[in-house]
Amino acid sequence: MTALISLTGVNKYYGDYHALRDINLTINEGEFFSLLGPSGCGKTTLLRTIAGFEGVSEGVVVIGGKDMQGVPANMRPTNMVFQSYAIFPHLTVAENVAFGLRKKKDMDKAAKDLAVDEALTMVGLKGFGDRQAHALSGGQRQRVALARALILKPKVLLLDEPLSALDKKMREQMQVELMRLQRHVGITFILVTHDQEEALVMSDRIAVMFEGEIGQLADPETLYRRPNGRRVAEFIGKMNFLKANVTNVGDTIDVNVDGLGPCTIAAEQAPSGINLGEAAVGIRPETLAILFDGQTTDRETIAGTVDEVVYYGDMTYYDVRIDGVAETLNIAMKNLIGRPVLDVGAQTTVVWDARSLVLLP
Amino acid sequence: MISPPLIYAILMLAIPIGAIVLFSFWTQNFMDVDTTFTLNNYREIIEKPIYFALLQRSLFVSGTVTFVTVILAFPVAYFVSFHVPAHRKSLWLFLITIPFWTSYLIRVFLWKVILGYNGVVNTGLINVGLIDEPLTFILYNVNAVIITLAHAFAPFAILPIFVALEKIDRSLLEASEDLGESKLSTFFRVTLPLSMPGLVAAVLIVFIPTIGDYVTPELMGGAGGKLIANMIQTQFLALNNAPLGAALAIVAMLCVAAISLLFVFLNRRWLRGRS
Repeated sequence: MTALISLTGVNKYYGDYHALRDINLTINEGEFFSLLGPSGCGKTTLLRTIAGFEGVSEGVVVIGGKDMQGVPANMRPTNMVFQSYAIFPHLTVAENVAFGLRKKKDMDKAAKDLAVDEALTMVGLKGFGDRQAHALSGGQRQRVALARALILKPKVLLLDEPLSALDKKMREQMQVELMRLQRHVGITFILVTHDQEEALVMSDRIAVMFEGEIGQLADPETLYRRPNGRRVAEFIGKMNFLKANVTNVGDTIDVNVDGLGPCTIAAEQAPSGINLGEAAVGIRPETLAILFDGQTTDRETIAGTVDEVVYYGDMTYYDVRIDGVAETLNIAMKNLIGRPVLDVGAQTTVVWDARSLVLLP
Repeated sequence: MISPPLIYAILMLAIPIGAIVLFSFWTQNFMDVDTTFTLNNYREIIEKPIYFALLQRSLFVSGTVTFVTVILAFPVAYFVSFHVPAHRKSLWLFLITIPFWTSYLIRVFLWKVILGYNGVVNTGLINVGLIDEPLTFILYNVNAVIITLAHAFAPFAILPIFVALEKIDRSLLEASEDLGESKLSTFFRVTLPLSMPGLVAAVLIVFIPTIGDYVTPELMGGAGGKLIANMIQTQFLALNNAPLGAALAIVAMLCVAAISLLFVFLNRRWLRGRS
């Protein structure tokens, strides 16, 4: 894999406001990369510095081996799909898609028309060329925006929250389509999103951003299973946190977890450089289980009381109170055949496994 | 049931226009009006070249005023919309309305002071040494009328253009740059087409009232700068020929209507693409 974009020591200030804090980042060729974070974390600012709409206060942005210092947006090998799609309302669909072709002097009219047709076919809008832009639905606008950007064969496609304006069904459909499109054209996609599920589904790698800095950069599975800190763990999926005390650090780590008792975890379940003493342990709801009547297990168990039941149809989420812990544990159970939905107040047995714990500083 | 707006429209619009139309088909006898139907007034307007010449001059003056006003208003509107910080925009619009704080008549007289034989412009230019004798082509002719009207109608042109520019989604401009266009070509490919409704509105708002303007040519136009409205006034009052004045008014109105409809049609075409 070759690096296509690299950001080195990038800082951005708006007056006193420090929008980007010392960003170091390498994005590879052909990669689906996501910038994930809560609103105001700087992910859109970062995308706009790559696109050339924002300059950097400090640091270097390199795209395709060229320093982008002083290179305006219209001269960069990037194209963008805007959050609002930014479809030109005074032009037809075909004119929108062909907008950027004006500068391609080596293409004649027929070649341009052919390229527009191909681009529209690629995004599933064959035959929509003569439509007025205002007559399109949200999903169709998005496709026009994609066709308009991809027709220019950029090295990088930048997507600024492209799915946030769509309804849930449409969003899920477009996620799959965007992944397929990315594989088809083979260029680097950089997606900005605040939706952790969207990022997990679509990305090869994700940078999670908080307050202008990158909290963790990893592939989706690592990010989910081994968050490097509490804010990443809280932002991505649901996570139970228990206070813990690290009693021994060696090839394995011994931890005394509040409510669960002492256990031993592997070194990769903890961040590097963990010290003895107070820490926290994170447990995903789906790695805990409730032991229903008549079931047995060879894993660790602990007694608990059901405090709250949230029924989702395919899943039931239980809040279970265990002795010695102030917060309840959130447990996700699949509603398999024969499994009852417990009532609030029911006495139950919680099953847990030391392998699913993640130690957090 | 006749609703109040309809009564209002009939009283304020239909009856006066109907009266003018009726008058235009009548004839003035010394003291009273002969109410037999006749097309003589219109025939006279067509046959005597003075009316056509006046109408032509009026169209030329309001056309020029409209052109000058809109061309000068656009940069102002653009500046306020794109370069003034959001929290100062209303202050700027407020400042633009300052000329309205004084009566129009006073503003016209101020232009006389500025443009006159011994006025600000001439004394200034003579003192600087650029000219030896006062310029005379800037007062009591068509030029003076155009300058005065263009100044007076500037805010009317700025506001609709400003509104149209404000409505342009700024991400469209970024999209254009992202697709390879420079700031200048973005202006011509995106900003200008999208501000067209505002431009057309500005053209109509300036053109329609200026063609019927009577005060400005009366005070600034001198002998050679009189327009069709002055002739209508002369017919009604000085010459006591209300029917001919009415017929002239109808002809002028039809000209305005024809040109306005053309612009409305153009606007429709531009508006078609808006959601």
